[in-house]
Amino acid sequence: MGKRIGHRTVKFTNAPAIISFASAAGENEKKGPYGGYFDLTFDDGLWGEKTYELAERKMLTRVSQEALKKAGLTPADVSYMLAGDLLNQIISSGFAARALEIPFIGLYGACSTMAESVMLGAMLADGGYALNVLCATSSHFATAERQYRNPLELGTPRTPTAQNTVTGAGALVISAQKAGFPAVTFATAGRVIDLGINDVSDLGAAMAPAAAETIITHLEDTDRGADYYDYIITGDLGTFGSEMLLRMISGTGRDISANHRDCGVLIYGGDKKMGCGGSGCGCSAAMMCGYFLNEMKNGRINRMLFTATGALHSPTSMLQNETIPAIAHAVAIENGSVV
Amino acid sequence: MNYLWAFAIGGAICAAGQILLSKTMMTPARILVLFVTLGVFLTALGVYEPLAELAGAGAQVPLTGFGYALAKGTFKAVDEYGIMGALTGGVTGTAGGIAAAVVFGYLVALIFKPKVKK
Repeated sequence: MGKRIGHRTVKFTNAPAIISFASAAGENEKKGPYGGYFDLTFDDGLWGEKTYELAERKMLTRVSQEALKKAGLTPADVSYMLAGDLLNQIISSGFAARALEIPFIGLYGACSTMAESVMLGAMLADGGYALNVLCATSSHFATAERQYRNPLELGTPRTPTAQNTVTGAGALVISAQKAGFPAVTFATAGRVIDLGINDVSDLGAAMAPAAAETIITHLEDTDRGADYYDYIITGDLGTFGSEMLLRMISGTGRDISANHRDCGVLIYGGDKKMGCGGSGCGCSAAMMCGYFLNEMKNGRINRMLFTATGALHSPTSMLQNETIPAIAHAVAIENGSVV
Repeated sequence: MNYLWAFAIGGAICAAGQILLSKTMMTPARILVLFVTLGVFLTALGVYEPLAELAGAGAQVPLTGFGYALAKGTFKAVDEYGIMGALTGGVTGTAGGIAAAVVFGYLVALIFKPKVKK
């Protein structure tokens, strides 16, 4: 078939392209250095809704509609919506799909969902099984706190190593055989890696080994050097997790320190109030669909490897003293490349 | 002088809680349970009673004070009703605190909405 290369990488031969993208963000993200890049922003966390869960649902629905509008598509033109989020039963995605009326495939990859959906969306489009695929994900600080830690009402203080769940969402549309757009060229699916870390306030350290393993596998499978990419982007490792990643990769004789960027580190611009940086599905989704794809569209970035990382624990598994399994999926996105 | 002792003792208990939060992996819930249990234990040893007299609300309002009330209520009920008091005394002794938590918690939940920190 010629579509699989190396151990775990697929090569897209029909150049599935990202023809539009849109992002949303909350107030703290808007105040950050990339605030100007987000399409939809809101100020009070609730966005005029009664609950934070409704606000997250609205964010995911609106950002999906915005991406479709930019592509000049209606929901009827879209073959599949691939979406996921952090809440139980990925409920934000289910409700957003109910509103959009697009055939829905729910994903759970924790914070790796954006890369996971792009990988699968590109496979569907490249294989001819879909005309247009909508990939979307979201996270909300207040709903994630309730889901993973404590309700906001409890007023529990944050521990010093913790990251801040990003209130944000991203959506993009993938279409096959479209020239003149950034194309998804390769995807490397991650294995679940667990080196035994069990501190939920240190997810960056739990996910860094998964990111390192996937990035190295991708470079080996595609026979590319680390400097092939303008940027190698990780999702939400934070400051400490990023440092771990660079060390683990330099241990294999490669060096990505010059072109590595972490969305979690970038999004708040190092604001100390936000701990070690941002996390959550919305972190990499908003940075990808707000900043990075915009830079690709304007030709300031031409090749990037987007590696979103996810921690696959649950509140129950943590109470039962399990360690944190982590995953990272990588997708290569390139300008003007006819593979 | 009363205020000073209340501030010093109450502050020291809260500082201990903050250190546990910042320096260990303990969850807030676990720290709360530890403080209540510690209050019971120290009262049983006779250490907490003089502290509560010295610092007043400074030692009685923090969660260790709840443990103190639990233990004190139990001792009192055992003296009055015998061994059955060991089962009934704790809750009787802390009834005021429990009812206040429920009532005021409910009222506050009715009036206020939680917000995201800026």
